[in-house]
Amino acid sequence: MDFDLTEDQRLLKESVDRLIGDQYGFAQRKGYATEAPGWSAKMWAQFAEMGLLGLPFEEAHGGFGGGPVETMIVMETFGRGLVLEPFFATVVLGGGLLRRAGSAALQAALIPQVTAGKLKLAFAHVERQSRYNLADVTTTARKSGSGYVLDGAKSVVLHGDCADKIFVTARISGDRRDRDGVGLFLTDAGAPGVTRRGYPTQDGLRAAEITLTGVRADAVSENALPAVEHVIDEAIAALCAEAVGTMQVMHDTTLDYLKTRKQFGRLIGSFQVLQHRSVDMLVALEGARSMAMFAAVMASEENPIERRKSISAAKVQIGRSGKHVGQEAIQLHGGIGMTQEYSVGHFFKRMTMIEQMYGSADDHLAILARLGGLFGKAKAA
Amino acid sequence: MDLGFTPEELAFRDEARHFFTTAVPKSIRDKVVEGEGLTKDDLVTSQRVLNSRNWATVNWPVAVGGQDWSPVQVYLFQDEMQLAHVPQPIAFNVSMVGPVIAQFGNAEQKARFLPKTANADIFWCQGFSEPGSGSDLASLRTRAELKDDKYVVNGQKTWTTLAQYADWIFCLVRTDTAAKAQEGISFLLIDMKTPGITVRPIVTIDGGREVNEVFFDNVEVPAENLVGQENKGWDYAKFLLGNERTGIARVGMSKAKVIRIKELAALEFAGERPLIEDARFQEKLAAVEIELKALEMTQLRVVADERKMAKGRQNPASSILKLKGSVIQQQLTELLMEVVGPYVLPYQRDFDGNNEPTVGPEYATEAAPMYFNYRKVSIYGGSNEIQRNIIAKAILGL
Repeated sequence: MDFDLTEDQRLLKESVDRLIGDQYGFAQRKGYATEAPGWSAKMWAQFAEMGLLGLPFEEAHGGFGGGPVETMIVMETFGRGLVLEPFFATVVLGGGLLRRAGSAALQAALIPQVTAGKLKLAFAHVERQSRYNLADVTTTARKSGSGYVLDGAKSVVLHGDCADKIFVTARISGDRRDRDGVGLFLTDAGAPGVTRRGYPTQDGLRAAEITLTGVRADAVSENALPAVEHVIDEAIAALCAEAVGTMQVMHDTTLDYLKTRKQFGRLIGSFQVLQHRSVDMLVALEGARSMAMFAAVMASEENPIERRKSISAAKVQIGRSGKHVGQEAIQLHGGIGMTQEYSVGHFFKRMTMIEQMYGSADDHLAILARLGGLFGKAKAA
Repeated sequence: MDLGFTPEELAFRDEARHFFTTAVPKSIRDKVVEGEGLTKDDLVTSQRVLNSRNWATVNWPVAVGGQDWSPVQVYLFQDEMQLAHVPQPIAFNVSMVGPVIAQFGNAEQKARFLPKTANADIFWCQGFSEPGSGSDLASLRTRAELKDDKYVVNGQKTWTTLAQYADWIFCLVRTDTAAKAQEGISFLLIDMKTPGITVRPIVTIDGGREVNEVFFDNVEVPAENLVGQENKGWDYAKFLLGNERTGIARVGMSKAKVIRIKELAALEFAGERPLIEDARFQEKLAAVEIELKALEMTQLRVVADERKMAKGRQNPASSILKLKGSVIQQQLTELLMEVVGPYVLPYQRDFDGNNEPTVGPEYATEAAPMYFNYRKVSIYGGSNEIQRNIIAKAILGL
């Protein structure tokens, strides 16, 4: 048992911490947000230069060779900076699908481009009716020659507005929620029949609504759900780490405020009621950090039930801790916490969006409960 | 980062599991499962089994019978012990007075007390709290005046757990009334058979007799029973209270309770189906399991850190362990009550030795008393409010 980082991981953490510390202050971030795609192209190039865009890929493809722990390290720091660039969409989601579902040829063709920062990816899987069910797919894939023709509409595609290529789930066979028959496809964003409407999200990032009308695409995988689910589990683990970063900042910022703000002639941090609430924020944060680590370790678990249970448990903890820390951060700041010009509300908004991604705490609690919980004899699925 | 254990650690875990499940009498471990009260004989027997291979006092210095284990081994040891429903070694002996004597006692005291303390030949109790001194312990007033070669002790202690079993009591007493509160306190060892000591039971809301009042009326204590220096007792008490560290989270015990709740919930019915298949119940239990997993991970982080830190230093996260651990233990007793449903009602604690048949299933009888009793967990050892004060000051710098 070992919580230490390896030498390589330590160096990775130092360099990402330095980058975010030096170049991702709250004011700097505001500037990046006003650039054309809603994020900084210069920063993206720097990510590429540092090797971050090759983080999860094998060294044979020019990648960094990292696993979920490396992703955790980067995402936690990105959470502290509220990073705007499409790292999660391109590297965690897109990269994950490439690694877990892509053929050797596809990997060889695309990974070097992703790593170099020349290819941005997105994953279109949400549909109007699907909520968080990855198998609930009505977008159709019709066989046509050696490829397929896709028809349907995808929603809330993270950074779908700026992606160069988009992974799409579409139903090859079966009924709306069947686990079999869900294919994974890759289409150029500019392919005929693809239309996109980009928009900002509540947390200052970007997403898109995407319509597919007779889009010709090749199948990456014709029975993609197991791989997709594994990628989403890895993505949840990554978001848990990002959430810990946001919570850490909210906690620290609030603590600083308690130590500087005076009312009734005293520092408000001298009031016991606020001290205890501050302690409860710390307890929530540390619980979240523990479970984000657990998620990182379990994200590569091959047994899908064990992995599902662990990841769901982490998402519940993150959701509950995040809500607590975020709401208390605003409350303990008082009025200033309500303003756009102050940082803490932006972290709160990001945290709140993470809670609604890939299933809320309640959704994941129900999943874990159905699978028999964490301790004792495992129940058959 | 790797959450697996080394082959050596796994071998150690198996060895511990084997020992706990074979050497400690099943009749005692079954009582722990059922939540029945343990007799003095149960506690002493179990501790002697552990002590037969030096496993009762693993936290003591090696020179006086402790083990030079890694924090991971200590963690695995505690986890297996709790999962096997082995009673904890008597805390007053092993976690409290033993380490104090080992650290601050003189050679004579060590020789006189430590072997008997390890083997439970002496059963200790703790004389700290007083009616007017709970969270504000340093305000204690039990007085000890040195006359010739004896201390004369007058005053009252309270919440004295298992004083009815105890052969000796370790006490904080005031030896200097002029000094600052913390600086006039001494640490005194007192034979419970000394004339002038009266023990009066306090019955708690579960109907159990665990705690007592202990009165001292001109009790004469040989001066040689003073531990360390006069008026330095507060330092020793702080050392004692800081010793509990990671064990206080009781992760293994709570895991065992979760497993027990699942077993029992499979026997009880909610409508047509076993309670364990009821979605609402499943979710309530899963929610506590998640908290418990987070606590276990936090404890492992603290354990891992301890390996790197100088001995005696404490990871700030360890104060979080008690806060979370106590609440989880309490939540599990609530769920156990929920499992047994209406059979929570009959009060069946058998004080008078009557032999009436049990009303309802045997496992239901202790559900409510345990729930009532476990309200203490967030009060003793520094209430959770005091823990928050400590965290606010020591970790947050408020």
